Amino acid sequence: MRLALLPFLLLAVVLIALSVGRYPLAPSDILGFLGACLGLVDLPPERFDLLRNLIVEIRLPRVLAAGLIGAALSSSGASFQAVFRNPLVSPGILGVLGGAGFGAALGILLSGDSLTVQISAFVMGLVAVGVGILISNLFGSASMVTLVLGGMISGALFTSALSLVKYAADPYDQLPAIVYWMMGSLGAVDLKQLKGAAPAILLGVGALTLAGRALDALSMGDDEARSLGVPVHVTRYGVIAAATLASSLSVSLAGMIGWVGLVVPHVARLAIGPTNSRLLPASALLGAAFLIAADCVARNITRAEIPIGVVTELLGIPAFILVLGRARRAWA
Amino acid sequence: MREPSPRSQLQGLDLHFARGKRSVLEGATLGFGAGEILALLGANGAGKSTLFRLLLGFLSAKRGEVRLDGAPLSSFSRREIARRVAYVPQGHVTPFPYTVREVVMLGRLPETGLLRAPRAEDREIVESIISRLGIERLIDQPYTEISGGERQLTLIARALAQGARLLVMDEPATGLDYGYQLRLMRHLSALAADGHGVLVSTHHPEHAMQIATRIAILHEGRIEADGPPQQVVTAERMRRLYGVEVAVFDDPFGARRLAPIVERREGAPR
Repeated sequence: MRLALLPFLLLAVVLIALSVGRYPLAPSDILGFLGACLGLVDLPPERFDLLRNLIVEIRLPRVLAAGLIGAALSSSGASFQAVFRNPLVSPGILGVLGGAGFGAALGILLSGDSLTVQISAFVMGLVAVGVGILISNLFGSASMVTLVLGGMISGALFTSALSLVKYAADPYDQLPAIVYWMMGSLGAVDLKQLKGAAPAILLGVGALTLAGRALDALSMGDDEARSLGVPVHVTRYGVIAAATLASSLSVSLAGMIGWVGLVVPHVARLAIGPTNSRLLPASALLGAAFLIAADCVARNITRAEIPIGVVTELLGIPAFILVLGRARRAWA
Repeated sequence: MREPSPRSQLQGLDLHFARGKRSVLEGATLGFGAGEILALLGANGAGKSTLFRLLLGFLSAKRGEVRLDGAPLSSFSRREIARRVAYVPQGHVTPFPYTVREVVMLGRLPETGLLRAPRAEDREIVESIISRLGIERLIDQPYTEISGGERQLTLIARALAQGARLLVMDEPATGLDYGYQLRLMRHLSALAADGHGVLVSTHHPEHAMQIATRIAILHEGRIEADGPPQQVVTAERMRRLYGVEVAVFDDPFGARRLAPIVERREGAPR
């Protein structure tokens, strides 16, 4: 029953993430602050204000954002792997990343205001997936292969549009902004943005978690799922909609954060098995813990912050090689 | 939800289906019910799989109608169909290492729905079906690591877990070794004796003659013959269907047998 351990793992990672930083705190400080907030412990007012500033205003938004985004990308990846019956699929398969990247760059080119950039990234992420589905349905009803191809075409289309925007961007000011955005960062996320995005991300992750049993049937094949009473199209497009909502919002908040959506579901599958009703919550919890930890590394390993997308790639690749060794038998 | 009727039956009436311009079925009529084993013979590409997909409601016919327990198939929800008719595909490999227990548990989906977790009674049903098919030693093995014959039995177990009286099996013997082919035949006979109706497509007329209560032949988009094995399987028909010579005779125990006539090269060792 390892699924039950994951919430504790996540809690421990959160506690560590709130403690470490340029002004290190002991986990007991965090617990003390929590106690003071609840009126159980007395803290001197200056100490309380310092802790409040560090924990609530500086670190908590990043921890919450990392947790939400990690959960969103991992559960999207796990559900896409089931929908497409392919363990090598990641959340970007239908073009959401290409679209969101283009949207963000366009936002930077046209206004530079961070809210505009986020909204533009989110909307274009949805548009790209819509275009991919449209292309796959051009010549009759979409099969899984045409869906993947439609997504690839759409992703490529938006990636080339992104190149065009980069070419048109001011090389001293806008172009670096676009490049940094692409590397991913949680540095700009504040509590207000989180309040806007969190309910929709949680809705997406929650919907995916509920689809677990249908996804098990779907990963056997369309005809078999139908013969088991599962509405195949509703499930497939419902899952795509929920995963796209969650991952597009994630990208709009923090830029490109790669490998989480591919690697975390595999690690979760090795730990608790392939049954999606358990795998999806496990992926969400593990993904949250992983990205919070990766963000800790990103902001503490050097004096200057490293883009989190770079950290997830550097951590994700060796993890994936290890997973490959363990999971090889199942793929042969 | 309507309860499955005790006398379950599934019928396709005058089914027409075309893929693009190519006509696949031109008025095929086929039905089977509880207690029967109907074997469907037909050459490669004759349209057996299409006919099955129409009967299961995965495809819609251009003309004609499918009736389940006397009512149009289209009047049933997917879940209602799944509680009456189960589909057994050829043993395939899944991309994810589900255990045999987990695969069979999927058969409880029509009963539990998509949101309710399996209960103790579901687990009991699954375990008893798995031991009935004699694969209990595999119960916690990954489905990806068992043999083709074991996978086929797992899929039959999943179909039984649905609680459906009618089973549609698409060439279940394909790729199985001799022992598993015979074991499969024995299981199908037992299922029919138990009140299940089985529609099975096969490339082995011998299998059909051993276990089927009826044999139907799909040829050029129509059911060319449908009746007791002795009447349907003749040397002339086998020649027309498969383009090969076979001898058809009754053995000393009164069962009809097929023997292929293979032209031997001069001097080949006997």
